[in-house]
Amino acid sequence: MEILDILMTASFWGAVLRIASPLIFATMGELICERAGVLNLGIEGIMVIGAFAGWMAVYAGLGLWPGVMVAMATGMLFGLLHATLTVPLGLSQHVVGLGVTLLATSSAYYAYRLALPEVTSPPRIEPFQPVDIPVLSDLPLLGESLFSQTPLTYLALATVAVVGFVLYRTPLGLALRAAGENPSAVEAQGLSVTAIRMGAVVAGSGLMAVGGAFLTMSAFSSFFFEMVNGRGWICIALVVFGAWRPGKALLGAILFAAFDALQIRMQQTPLGAVVPYQIFLMVPYVLSILALVLMSRRAEVPEALMVPYNRGER
Amino acid sequence: MTVPPSRGVVLRLNGITKRFGQLTANDNVGFALHEGEVLALLGENGAGKTTLMNILFGHYTADAGTVEVFGEVMPPGAPGAALAAGVGMVHQHFTLAENMTVLENVLLGTVPLWRMGLAKSRGRTRLQVLSRDFGLKVHLDAQIKSLSVGEKQRVEILKALYRDARILILDEPTAVLTPQESDALFDTLRKAVARGLSVIFISHKLHEVMAISERVIVLRHGRLAGEVATRDTDRHKLAEMMVGAEVTLPRAEARTPGETLLQLADVSLSAEGRRVGLDGANLSLRAGQITGIAGVSGNGQAALADLVGGLATPERGEMRLFGQPVQTWSPRAALNAGLGRIPEDRHKQGSIADFSLTENTVLEGYPAPPFSSSGIMNWGKARHHAEEIISRYDVRCPGPDARIRLLSGGNMQKLILGRVLEAGPRIILANQPVRGLDIGALTYVQERLIAARDAGAAVLLISEDLDEILALSDVIHVISEGRVSPEFPRGSKTPAELGVWMAGQGFDHAA
Repeated sequence: MEILDILMTASFWGAVLRIASPLIFATMGELICERAGVLNLGIEGIMVIGAFAGWMAVYAGLGLWPGVMVAMATGMLFGLLHATLTVPLGLSQHVVGLGVTLLATSSAYYAYRLALPEVTSPPRIEPFQPVDIPVLSDLPLLGESLFSQTPLTYLALATVAVVGFVLYRTPLGLALRAAGENPSAVEAQGLSVTAIRMGAVVAGSGLMAVGGAFLTMSAFSSFFFEMVNGRGWICIALVVFGAWRPGKALLGAILFAAFDALQIRMQQTPLGAVVPYQIFLMVPYVLSILALVLMSRRAEVPEALMVPYNRGER
Repeated sequence: MTVPPSRGVVLRLNGITKRFGQLTANDNVGFALHEGEVLALLGENGAGKTTLMNILFGHYTADAGTVEVFGEVMPPGAPGAALAAGVGMVHQHFTLAENMTVLENVLLGTVPLWRMGLAKSRGRTRLQVLSRDFGLKVHLDAQIKSLSVGEKQRVEILKALYRDARILILDEPTAVLTPQESDALFDTLRKAVARGLSVIFISHKLHEVMAISERVIVLRHGRLAGEVATRDTDRHKLAEMMVGAEVTLPRAEARTPGETLLQLADVSLSAEGRRVGLDGANLSLRAGQITGIAGVSGNGQAALADLVGGLATPERGEMRLFGQPVQTWSPRAALNAGLGRIPEDRHKQGSIADFSLTENTVLEGYPAPPFSSSGIMNWGKARHHAEEIISRYDVRCPGPDARIRLLSGGNMQKLILGRVLEAGPRIILANQPVRGLDIGALTYVQERLIAARDAGAAVLLISEDLDEILALSDVIHVISEGRVSPEFPRGSKTPAELGVWMAGQGFDHAA
């Protein structure tokens, strides 16, 4: 069986983690926003601007890690815009989110043209290189795939643990979750719903931008248009798939990445010669929809998700 | 004054004024709360009690006036300040996150946000002590959504006590409680006062105010209408102060009933989402007669109301309308047959919160003239109709275009009553029509129901309040675990005898 052969290769599992990394960052970002009660549809555009800003910073002479910081800061800036409009001003989260996506995407393309007016093919940067974890990377199959990744992938996995810890084990996480469940409970305990929600959106947007930056700084080495290619929307679905829990969302991201890696390899099998390649491209999305339907039935949606909180209103 | 001078003032309101649009909810209200006292704040729905407390707690910002806690003026609109000063509030609508545990809800906001760790075990120990000292039993790891209303309220009180509240404000705390739960709450409050806490108890239930408070302050139409020591007054005087006129509770006089309009013959219904279904119910609703259904809540009242209101069809047995067996039965069929419905939950089933009063008045009548013709709404007529209901039924509101969520429970119920009665129903399903209403609104709704009976309507009155059933009903059935007792004519059974049936005992002999 070809599928089994593919599943048994280290390169397959290495690719899975590589494909999953940007999804993990952005999904954690979206999850934070939604847990606080704000749907952030700016995710797609914030990933684009993150991809651009990180890459541009490195191209302009900054180091790789400072580049990641620049990407994050840019994402947080757009997150601040989103948060200002949706939280204190209470505007529609759908409209603002799509607006932020359009604005951020266009800003990235515009800045690209301004910075590189004469260029036909985008310049390359020296991206993050795989780092072998001593001993572990020598394990067969697992070692090559899991412990021979770029630093950003390790960071993505660490992010899941940190987000999980903060959400469930700290007072900050408690307040954040409560803001998404019942903001009046937060206010009645003397905390500011506005501050918590804005903070969540800004921080979450920062993570989304790092997810975008992974594409230009780790997966590929340059920036080109349409490179985010709907990954942001996938992450929104992954949050639902993960029932708003970091661990399950990670599982979802890996599952989706596995389908994606599998379809690329399936195209090269004898089957791929017969079946149009578009069918293979479609597979991860179709399977995602199926998984969503199965997984999200009993999900506990944050009760105040997408409900603006206006103080003093009855 | 009536309070010994030795006890200091812990809280003082000075000249509080608050307007919502054209509605003045509080007009220059001021009073003081003393240490270790239970002060009752009494007033009809819409008198401004809740608004006043929300200002005190910092949820609303007053247009004028100040709040002083332990001698310090509170910054307006900052709930954090009131909390820090030792004011704890138990809201009428609980401020709890349903998908989180009791412990998490209590700890929220009590630990600095940037600290690592929640200190859950320390919180747990303290809560266990508090819940023992104040008699507030609740399972700390249970999710809020799995708790009963009474338990949720205990969590709210624990939240305040956990923050070392010295002043407890309870907004209509008993509106949602069973009598046993209310008694337990009163025990807790007495324990709190014995420990030097001060309590503001907001209510419109006179017997509770008499039972728990030392001093009563009465609000009427947003103004202070009087202040009196509880031992110097009685229920009757308080009711007068509250309403501004003498109050007599309505009683229905006996009448000769007309023909049977709706009949249930051996009807059964499975529980299906309700707590209890119906088990072989026999019931006749006659023109010009009020049929009372007495019983402890959750004994099949919901199934009976769903059945009569068109939300359910009999699974066994027969339903006869105007002497004919019912073929198709749905809410729309029920409305077309001339059924008027006053639902149990006026917020969930009786109204749409973000619709205007006008829209809410035509929720049932909209598909037919005069409100629409050929599928096009006539909003002018609808608005006129709403205005008529507002003036005829004394609905206090900013106007027909206001969203109905702005109305107090009593005014909302009057609007629903107007919607039902103006449609000229032949059968009226009144399910808990006065639950949570103050005495003014309660009297009003009951009088209107009696008037509708006198005009020839058949009224099915479902109530958990036996006094209400006895005062209004021409015939009484008792419902218990889905079984409906035989019909008892007015005065044929004492409350104690009905109580035996309510406990489910008479049925075996009758069978």
